[in-house]
Amino acid sequence: MITMEHVCKSYKVAKRNAGMKEACKALFRREVETIHALSDVSFTIEDGEMVGYIGPNGAGKSSTIKILSGILTPENGSCLVDGRIPWKHRKEHVRRIGVVFGQRSQLWWDVPVIDSFALLKDIYSISPQEYRNNMEELTQLLHLQELLKMPTRQLSLGQRMRCEIAASLLHSPRILFLDEPTIGLDAVSKLAVREFILRLNQTHKTTVILTTHDMQDIEALTRRIILIGKGRVLMDGTLEDMRELAAVHGTAGAGYSGQGERTAIHDLSARRAEQIAPAGCEPGQSDESLERIVAALYHKLDIV
Amino acid sequence: MREYSKYFSFFRLRFNMGLQYRAAALSGVVTQIVWGLIECLTFRAFQQADPSAYPMAFSATVSYIWLREAFFSAFRTWQTDGEVFDSIMDGGIAYELCRPVSIYNMWFARTVASRISMAALRSIPLLMVAFLLPGPFRMTLPAGPQYFVLFVITLFLGLGVTVAFCMFTYILAFFTISPQGLRMMFTSMVEFLSGAIIPLPFMPGGVRMFLELLPFAGMFNVPLRIYSGDLSGAEMLRGIGLQCFWFVTLLALGKALCRAAERKVVVQGG
Repeated sequence: MITMEHVCKSYKVAKRNAGMKEACKALFRREVETIHALSDVSFTIEDGEMVGYIGPNGAGKSSTIKILSGILTPENGSCLVDGRIPWKHRKEHVRRIGVVFGQRSQLWWDVPVIDSFALLKDIYSISPQEYRNNMEELTQLLHLQELLKMPTRQLSLGQRMRCEIAASLLHSPRILFLDEPTIGLDAVSKLAVREFILRLNQTHKTTVILTTHDMQDIEALTRRIILIGKGRVLMDGTLEDMRELAAVHGTAGAGYSGQGERTAIHDLSARRAEQIAPAGCEPGQSDESLERIVAALYHKLDIV
Repeated sequence: MREYSKYFSFFRLRFNMGLQYRAAALSGVVTQIVWGLIECLTFRAFQQADPSAYPMAFSATVSYIWLREAFFSAFRTWQTDGEVFDSIMDGGIAYELCRPVSIYNMWFARTVASRISMAALRSIPLLMVAFLLPGPFRMTLPAGPQYFVLFVITLFLGLGVTVAFCMFTYILAFFTISPQGLRMMFTSMVEFLSGAIIPLPFMPGGVRMFLELLPFAGMFNVPLRIYSGDLSGAEMLRGIGLQCFWFVTLLALGKALCRAAERKVVVQGG
């Protein structure tokens, strides 16, 4: 089980204006601005759940994943993953989780993929039996046979991503964090990745937390969505809830006086309690319109 | 023991990778032979100008120069593992932090591996040439079998001191992000203090005594002088003792600093 309570994380960023004069000034005095990546984030995720974690760029998605995977230490708040504090018990914690950062590579660039896998086997002290079983399963499901002997640098992005996902699962983690796993992939690779993740969650009951900008990922994979913006959780519900939230803002635009997201959530839960059917939301909407709904929602919640 | 086997895996992978770079090794060997010859000629000129003021046997200087060139890539502090800096600067360290390994031990293993692999490729052809050179520039055999054994031991100990020192430049990159400035400052200082430019026996009395106490003297100064017998007896034991002391001290300080850095880490990029 994963619980996050009132987690805050901020970064300091040195800022200066353009130009030589400003650059010289910055030699002596730097203007430092504090950016609040996360302010008061709380949620609970049960074992075996598959959760989509969405929000615009810079909302704090990656920071959350990094805190949950023990990389970053938050300033405030508490966080427990299977009873452990990720950043305090980093080594024990990371044994039980797998992480894929879609924009980075964990495979060694110059050596064949299989060498990187062998290294991971040693790093995680995976038993030969477990390694063999996992390799067999992953190779088959992700179609890796041809790729394993190739150096990472010669793989296409889609091929590499399949290898990256396999690399994160060699030690049979109970929880898998996927930070934009489908970024930049073509349609075929996307489908393959989605299908695989779905299967993983169903057959191994692996908890999956997925961040993405691709609403098709969300639609295909997750029942539960956590929407985050400007470091706050704005919604925690289903895709339908999100459509409803967008609709609330759409129809009740006049009543929405910019009091902030709390009102939005309040509206939503009130409506849910009254069992009012969502307005302006037909089933089977195309993906493009889903994208539009999300974009509109970001705008209306003022989190872009 | 199992805990350490994974660091050995890092070592093995990095070592195998290092052996791939044959062309770099070849050009390195050629450059270093030329450089070594220039140094030999320079010191020859010193010695001929005033043999009585010359502080070590000339053959010891020649051995020192050739050994230094042969193991140059193992001991240079100015070229540190780019991979480590890259991972800090572009945020690739995110993946390294989500492995059940100690960051310090992992980087240590990788750096030692890359240095040994580079030196292994370069030292053998270079020493072969050095043993075939004519006249006073020929490399001599070690002063005795016991000196050779001690030379090998202190060579590895010196590599340990060098890498433990380089680890500081890695860790400081956590705090300053762009490590170029620090690296330049540290490494040009170390070049001088460790005896890379002029062997330490050539330094004037007081300065020399002071420099020999610093960790930098424990890098290659000790093994290279033991080889030719220039360092022996009580002075040698003191040198080895200091090497051990600095190795343990730098390791402990580095590990403590690394733990502090991990807590403050900022992962660059999205």
